[in-house]
Amino acid sequence: MTETLAVPPSVVASRPERRELPVWRLLLSRPAFVTGALILLFWIVCAIFGNEIAPHSPLVQQLLATNQSPSAHHWFGTDQLGRDVLSRVIVGAQTMLVIAPLATLVGTVLGTALGLVLGYLGGVVDLVVSRIVEAVLALPAILVIFLFVVALGVSTLTQILVIGFIFTPLIARTVRSAVQVESQLDYLPAARLLGERPLRMMFVEILPNVMPTVLVEFTIRLGYAIFAVATLAFLGFGVQLSTPNWGTDINANYVVLGAGYWWETLFPALAIASLIIAINLVADAIEQVLAG
Amino acid sequence: MTATEATEIPGPAAGPLSAVQVEHLDVSYRVRGKDRLALRDVSFQIGRSESYGLVGESGSGKSTVALALTRYLPRNGRVSAGSIRIAGRDPLAMNPVQLRQLRAQSVSMVYQEPGKALNPSLRVGRQVAEVYEVAGLGKAEALERAEAMLRTVQISDPGNVMQRYPHQLSGGMAQRVVIAMALAAEPELLILDEPTTALDATVEAEVLDLVAGLREELDTSLLFISHNLAVIAKMCDRVGVLYAGELIEEGPARQVFEQPRHPYTMGLLRCIPRLGQRKDHGRLDTIPGFLPPPGHTEGGCIFAPRCPIVEQQCRDAAPPVFDAGPGQTSRCYLHETTGDLPRSTPLDVQLPATPRTAEPAVTIRNLSKTFTAHGHAVHALAGVNLDIERGETLGLVGESGSGKTTLARILLGLTPPDSGSAIEMNGDQLGAELRQRSPAQLKALQIVFQNPDSALNRRHTVRRLISRPLVKLAGLSGAALSEKLTELIRSVRMEPRHLGLRPRQLSGGLKQRVAIARAFGGGPRIVVCDEPTSALDVSVQAAILNLLADLQAKEQVTYLFISHDLGLVRYLSDRIAVLYLGRLMELGPAERVFSGPHHPYTEALLSAVPSLDGQRTQRIRLTGEIPSAANPPSGCVFHTRCPRRLASGICESTEPPLVEVEPGHLMSCHIPIDQLTTLQSYEPMP
Repeated sequence: MTETLAVPPSVVASRPERRELPVWRLLLSRPAFVTGALILLFWIVCAIFGNEIAPHSPLVQQLLATNQSPSAHHWFGTDQLGRDVLSRVIVGAQTMLVIAPLATLVGTVLGTALGLVLGYLGGVVDLVVSRIVEAVLALPAILVIFLFVVALGVSTLTQILVIGFIFTPLIARTVRSAVQVESQLDYLPAARLLGERPLRMMFVEILPNVMPTVLVEFTIRLGYAIFAVATLAFLGFGVQLSTPNWGTDINANYVVLGAGYWWETLFPALAIASLIIAINLVADAIEQVLAG
Repeated sequence: MTATEATEIPGPAAGPLSAVQVEHLDVSYRVRGKDRLALRDVSFQIGRSESYGLVGESGSGKSTVALALTRYLPRNGRVSAGSIRIAGRDPLAMNPVQLRQLRAQSVSMVYQEPGKALNPSLRVGRQVAEVYEVAGLGKAEALERAEAMLRTVQISDPGNVMQRYPHQLSGGMAQRVVIAMALAAEPELLILDEPTTALDATVEAEVLDLVAGLREELDTSLLFISHNLAVIAKMCDRVGVLYAGELIEEGPARQVFEQPRHPYTMGLLRCIPRLGQRKDHGRLDTIPGFLPPPGHTEGGCIFAPRCPIVEQQCRDAAPPVFDAGPGQTSRCYLHETTGDLPRSTPLDVQLPATPRTAEPAVTIRNLSKTFTAHGHAVHALAGVNLDIERGETLGLVGESGSGKTTLARILLGLTPPDSGSAIEMNGDQLGAELRQRSPAQLKALQIVFQNPDSALNRRHTVRRLISRPLVKLAGLSGAALSEKLTELIRSVRMEPRHLGLRPRQLSGGLKQRVAIARAFGGGPRIVVCDEPTSALDVSVQAAILNLLADLQAKEQVTYLFISHDLGLVRYLSDRIAVLYLGRLMELGPAERVFSGPHHPYTEALLSAVPSLDGQRTQRIRLTGEIPSAANPPSGCVFHTRCPRRLASGICESTEPPLVEVEPGHLMSCHIPIDQLTTLQSYEPMP
């Protein structure tokens, strides 16, 4: 400090800084978010403690009590092998909530990295890779997943990786356009003038600013991932584990719909639907809070 | 307005004669379940064919007044008390049909962004004619009247313009079209909300002249809203000064600006560089503190917390409206003493003179930059030669599209120049790209951008933002780093407690201080200031300019100061370079460039600027827009707009060389310097 200073520091410091409401407070003030989060929480609890919560064993077959309609003893009825549908729905959350989030995470991490590189570097790299990305996007995703799962064999890991890889270009494209918006701002040339390297520019300067986009993209993709996992299982390419699987159950039971055994299909289907709706409610709320 | 009235002191016209009558108006906005007053007890009148100006800084409630008058308040806003009369009728009591009629026939509005006021998918002719169709005319007649109206707003080829879409018009042309639409209904009241803020100074001058001319022609009252005191002084008969939602002073425009009777008005006027003021002599005053947040409820005078002459009575009860002269009112107990308002910043400070040496800090030779747009070559810069002297402030002026920013970006290494260009710093060649520059060269050149919202990474804290240059460029770490960090934040008059905050928690002025701290952190030799205050309010601007002047004296840096505001450039610069279409038109000591003889383009720029110190008696005007750099005119690039073009035809055929007309004063013009001196001698400049 020198004596030439004309304005005392207190002059510019008299204004109380604006308080920010934390994001979670804003989220909790939205009924849609709370509804979605509660449903999601319910399924997470089912996935972790399913075997303790379930009233019956999801695997034990009661061949004398097959195709029983919902009753006080079996709330959701029993299936063709006499297994308790409610217990299968509860425990079935586990498969879903392992594969879908991990697959989405793989896709988000890879897609974000790719999108950052394409958006920041631009030029020929962006041009070439973006065309390839568009080519991949032109194919129906579920068909591609199906082909790869068939070719690579059904396992939890293949499902996670294949769905993750298919999501990568989708997420990369969204992240890339968010990065291009950031590229118009002056903080990037300011950082370059400090001699920052490209990797730091992408991951320290730009990434925090596109995180809202990434987060929204993750939640939206999660919904699609659940749909993809359920579809694969329905088509008979679900992971054959000892644990039940909603998609597989629908596949196994929809043939007897005609016989009036609706509960065997409806309840696993409702489980899938409620999970996807919950995730979309949460995704919408996050998007609106981060945008506002 | 009659001739006799001009000599009288215009006063508020009484009752039924007034076009607008606002009494004790309160407007509140409901934010998070609470009503917050945005306007408090605002009363004013606008007489028939009178021009009334509202000035104030952002957040003062200027636009809220306009919205309330037309009942366009947003959904959470409402008039909570008071009354409004427009031509004797009350818009607040109108039903939707009457309201529609009021907006269609009695009140028109012109906004800041002409581009947003026009429908992008309709041809211009269609949009203007629609106003007449609403008024009940047939299609053919409406089109005819539209064409006539476009001619009235001085569009030279209305038939052609009517066939175009809004995006095909320049900003000035689009604003003329908007004004034509606003006037088409022959409204009793025309509201102009910052109508020229988005336009270049030369275009602004044209639009203001147009509005002033039309006012005499058509019998319309004007409500002119602006943050620019000089524009209001030029355009308005009477003026009201808004501060935090209160009309704190009102009166005839000239009188208010010459003898303000409220400390806030006085303070505002002292924030603006006036004729003859320079950074080392006649320092700008500042208004300490901040605008109170909307909906504040403390009793007493609203300006008391920031007022240098505050007394106990000011804090106890809000002052009533005092009569402060013929037609002038002030909400200040001490309105009689505002003339001797003590300064918040001393007028003269001892700035150690920055040592200037003959050896230039930067030499720019034959600098060209060609961009390619839609297959056309656009010459943003064409062969610029320029020396930046050590320790000086070089002002860079010119209209948008003149190449100011391109020059700065090339100097910084953000944009590579065309091959053949050469920039030397201290005798060493500067690499075209940043990665070709040495760490010392990187450290030497920094920038303060126009908009701190864009220039600061909004996810980083102040600590992170300003410690990066200390780490990367100055190579500090550990205790030395934290010590220097404290020194740096204090050097821009902020405090260490600001270090933990993020940009969005800071006001505009504080953000710009952080950006300045970042630029100075690495110990630069040359700092580019690209319109550093144009996004800020007048009172904040003064503080930032003072800070820049202090830092220059302390750190002995060289500034390249880019601005469209010639008053600021004159205040801060030692030398001035004038750019037009990527070519250097004039270069010389600031005083010489301003006092003349100057290049006809500089002359036009200067006469376009409205000034608080009275208007120039004779002005030269530029007509038309800046030509496209993709297809620059032959010969002297300025000849298409030059009011002093020579009859011999040499201007059209030959590009004039940049020659030294006086020691240190270079100019690119065919007119001999003696002749320019005679031509421009109509007004001696101090």
